[in-house]
Amino acid sequence: MLQVAWLIPLLPFIAFWVILFRGRRLPGEGAYVAIGALGLSGLLSLVILGQVMFGGRYQATMVWAMMGDRPLAVGYAVDPLTAVMLFVVTVVGSLIFIYSVGYMHADPRYPRFFAYLSLFAASMLLLVLANNFLVLYAGWELVGLCSYLLIGFWFERPAAARASMKAFVTTRVGDFFMFLGILLLFFTVGSLQFDAVFAAVQTGSLAGPLLTLAAVLIFGGAVGKSAQIPLHVWLPDAMEGPTPVSALIHAATMVAAGVYLVARTYALFFSSPDHLALTVVAYIGGLTALMAATIGIVQDDIKRVLAYSTISQLGYMMLGLGVLGYTAGVFHLMTHAFFKALLFLAAGSVIHAMNTNDIKEMGGLAKVMPVTYVTMLVGGLALAGVPPFAGFWSKDEILLEAYHHDRTLFYLGAAGAFVTAFYVFRMIFYTFTGSLRSHTAHPHESPQVMTVPLIVLAAFSGVIGLVGAPWPLVGNMFHRFVHFEAAEGAPFDLRFAALSTAIAGAGILAAAVVYRWQLVSSATLRRVLAPAYAVLVHKYWWDEFYAVSVVRPVVWVAQQLRTFDVYAIDGAVNAIGVVFVWLSRLYRVFDLYVVDGAVNLVGWLAKAAGGRLRHVQTGRAQNYLLVIALGVIVLAVIGLTR
Amino acid sequence: MQVGLTSYLIVAALLFCLGLYGVLTRRNAVAILMGIELMLNAANINLVAFNRFVAPAAVAGQVFALVIITLAACEAAVGLALVMAAYRSLETIQVDEINLMKW
Amino acid sequence: MGELAAFMILSLVTLIPAVVVVTSSNIVRAALSLVPTFLGVTGLYVMLQAEFVAGIQVLIYAGAITVLILFVIMLTEGGTGVRTRQLNDQVPLGAMAAVWLAFVLIVIFTRTGWPTAAGVLPAYNVVAVGNAFLSDYVLIFEVTSVVLLVSLVGAIVIARRED
Repeated sequence: MLQVAWLIPLLPFIAFWVILFRGRRLPGEGAYVAIGALGLSGLLSLVILGQVMFGGRYQATMVWAMMGDRPLAVGYAVDPLTAVMLFVVTVVGSLIFIYSVGYMHADPRYPRFFAYLSLFAASMLLLVLANNFLVLYAGWELVGLCSYLLIGFWFERPAAARASMKAFVTTRVGDFFMFLGILLLFFTVGSLQFDAVFAAVQTGSLAGPLLTLAAVLIFGGAVGKSAQIPLHVWLPDAMEGPTPVSALIHAATMVAAGVYLVARTYALFFSSPDHLALTVVAYIGGLTALMAATIGIVQDDIKRVLAYSTISQLGYMMLGLGVLGYTAGVFHLMTHAFFKALLFLAAGSVIHAMNTNDIKEMGGLAKVMPVTYVTMLVGGLALAGVPPFAGFWSKDEILLEAYHHDRTLFYLGAAGAFVTAFYVFRMIFYTFTGSLRSHTAHPHESPQVMTVPLIVLAAFSGVIGLVGAPWPLVGNMFHRFVHFEAAEGAPFDLRFAALSTAIAGAGILAAAVVYRWQLVSSATLRRVLAPAYAVLVHKYWWDEFYAVSVVRPVVWVAQQLRTFDVYAIDGAVNAIGVVFVWLSRLYRVFDLYVVDGAVNLVGWLAKAAGGRLRHVQTGRAQNYLLVIALGVIVLAVIGLTR
Repeated sequence: MQVGLTSYLIVAALLFCLGLYGVLTRRNAVAILMGIELMLNAANINLVAFNRFVAPAAVAGQVFALVIITLAACEAAVGLALVMAAYRSLETIQVDEINLMKW
Repeated sequence: MGELAAFMILSLVTLIPAVVVVTSSNIVRAALSLVPTFLGVTGLYVMLQAEFVAGIQVLIYAGAITVLILFVIMLTEGGTGVRTRQLNDQVPLGAMAAVWLAFVLIVIFTRTGWPTAAGVLPAYNVVAVGNAFLSDYVLIFEVTSVVLLVSLVGAIVIARRED
């Protein structure tokens, strides 16, 4: 089965074209086709995951083009990391596809939504199957395109159109660095194959500052795609897209591509002198984790809370990878995909019921939406890191690695964990407890097509973490499956687990004090901590900073260029035009009087001559006969006189 | 004195020129046909005279003369039929008034 | 001497009515003047020992064609035509051409040395003509008969009154 892994991205890709051209004429207006294609890919992925578990590996490469004497190869490879990613993308993706049938019901562009989703799934699967930078980059840009299309899916709304543009342009900055990194690798190593690059790193032909530079440039792409500081600003705005998109692309899979990229090219980072590249990764991840989490506290939009949560959790993954916790980072990627998709879909269910995103208008929904409430609670516990839910096992592992590696990073991560628990339960308390604050809404439980995926995802969120738990006899199964030889994780520590559980519990308790039991009113807190609140509510002024430092100069330069264009270039073009118009007028005169005159003269001459000569034709046969007779006489006289 | 070939040829030439004059100057189509008959007779005199004086053993000249007489009869029949048709449609047989082919 | 006198008389009988034919303003007179002209020519044929041709000349020209012409005159203008102008405006040029052509022809005829042969004509002329028609000239004979048939049909079709 490993040989047919190329079918996995191909099926959704075919579905994309079929839906694009057949649209509403397909069963379920295209939804069934998309779900069917991705479902088949999911079955294939499961089979492949099983085979890889028992030692199956596969790699296929073919030369696509020659660049000078260097071959540009394309190909795919199946190894544990790829198998895990295939599993996560197809399973989470299938559930979100099914959920979309309910959520996008009656949307005017319903088939197109599924076409885009299918294209996204195909691109993402292509990305994770790639065995070289070329194919990976192709998939990378394709998922970026799908992200753009889906954020701007409701392009009638200016906010959505702006958000899609912002996302595209911001990630482009990261992609530019990544492209430079890929070029650097190509020109130093001479190949884009992962194997060849890693071999070059191993043999030392690529080492020193150049290696660090390459790794950091590649990481630039990951920063853009995974919304790390300083390129995180696009992800909260991306919540303008439909909620299933937020769940699939901007929480579960695409944004994790950055983490996947770092994990995939871990050899580059690991071999950089003094782990310098890894340190960069770790600090950016740690700072992102804490900063995004704190912003999450003050957000009132339910999806934005989750968006900042996503940024924060992606920061944890980077942190995990950066502190030599290769397995921990990848593990968190997987668990996060499940529980964050769950949280988003549950949030979507709430939005579907309330027709608003503002948690301040919600309240008491636990009674009317029990399934949504329970599943969201599971997701929240998983995110906060409460055992035995998924998030606990992975986050605990990351914090443990950080503790053994660098204390500063550990404190960042631990503070982030506390804040995480706080903001997620603030959101849950606001939404589901107390009483309804909006007077216009009539909430109701969502249809089964939406709740069933929630339940399935909740089940996954509950138990998926157990594959990374330190079982007796077999130990950490996930670690044995996915690991990086040189970066072995620290052993499980029960006291440490208790500590991280305590941090999570403290966060939940704090949230409950303020928002459940309301022992301390949130207004008081806002007043007391006014400066901190201002910082948070302005999101650390990142957007303002970019507006002043990037957007305004660019706009100013663009305006100057426009002025130059309007007056100098257009002026020159118009001047040339005017000159040619005058030349043409001159030539027109020449044409009219000289050329036309000559032509008309010839015509007039022929006409005049004809007018004279036609009188020869009298129409009287006797005239002709007379001429003939005279001619005979002349000929005869000539004959006689010779 | 024997009457020679040249005498007959001169008579034929004069007859031919008279016919030509008629053809060139008459307005009446029938009169023009009459001129043509004169010219044909002149040609026949030539043929028979040449037969008599140049190749008396053969009869080719007389055969040609007979053929020409036959064809002259045909010509007269068709020509006169044409004159009648023209008269019927144009109501004249004055050929200088029939100039539809004029410039 | 007798032969010369006969020739002169026959020539005058031929040419003088011919002048009347081309100059007379009376179209009927012109047509009737054709008869002595044709008879004069017949006499010349006899002098040239072409008896069969002479006989045919009398039958067809003097008889058939003249009558046909007279019929057409009656059917068209229906009169002698003396009230209408019979000559067109190129009489001087036409006369000049005719005179000049006659002059040139006579000059040519008198200057040319004709290869006259003093042979003897076949004893009975008509037999020789008949043999020639059905042996050496049979193709001409047949084609002429077809032309005769075609002109017969054509003349009827053209002259037919269209109803």
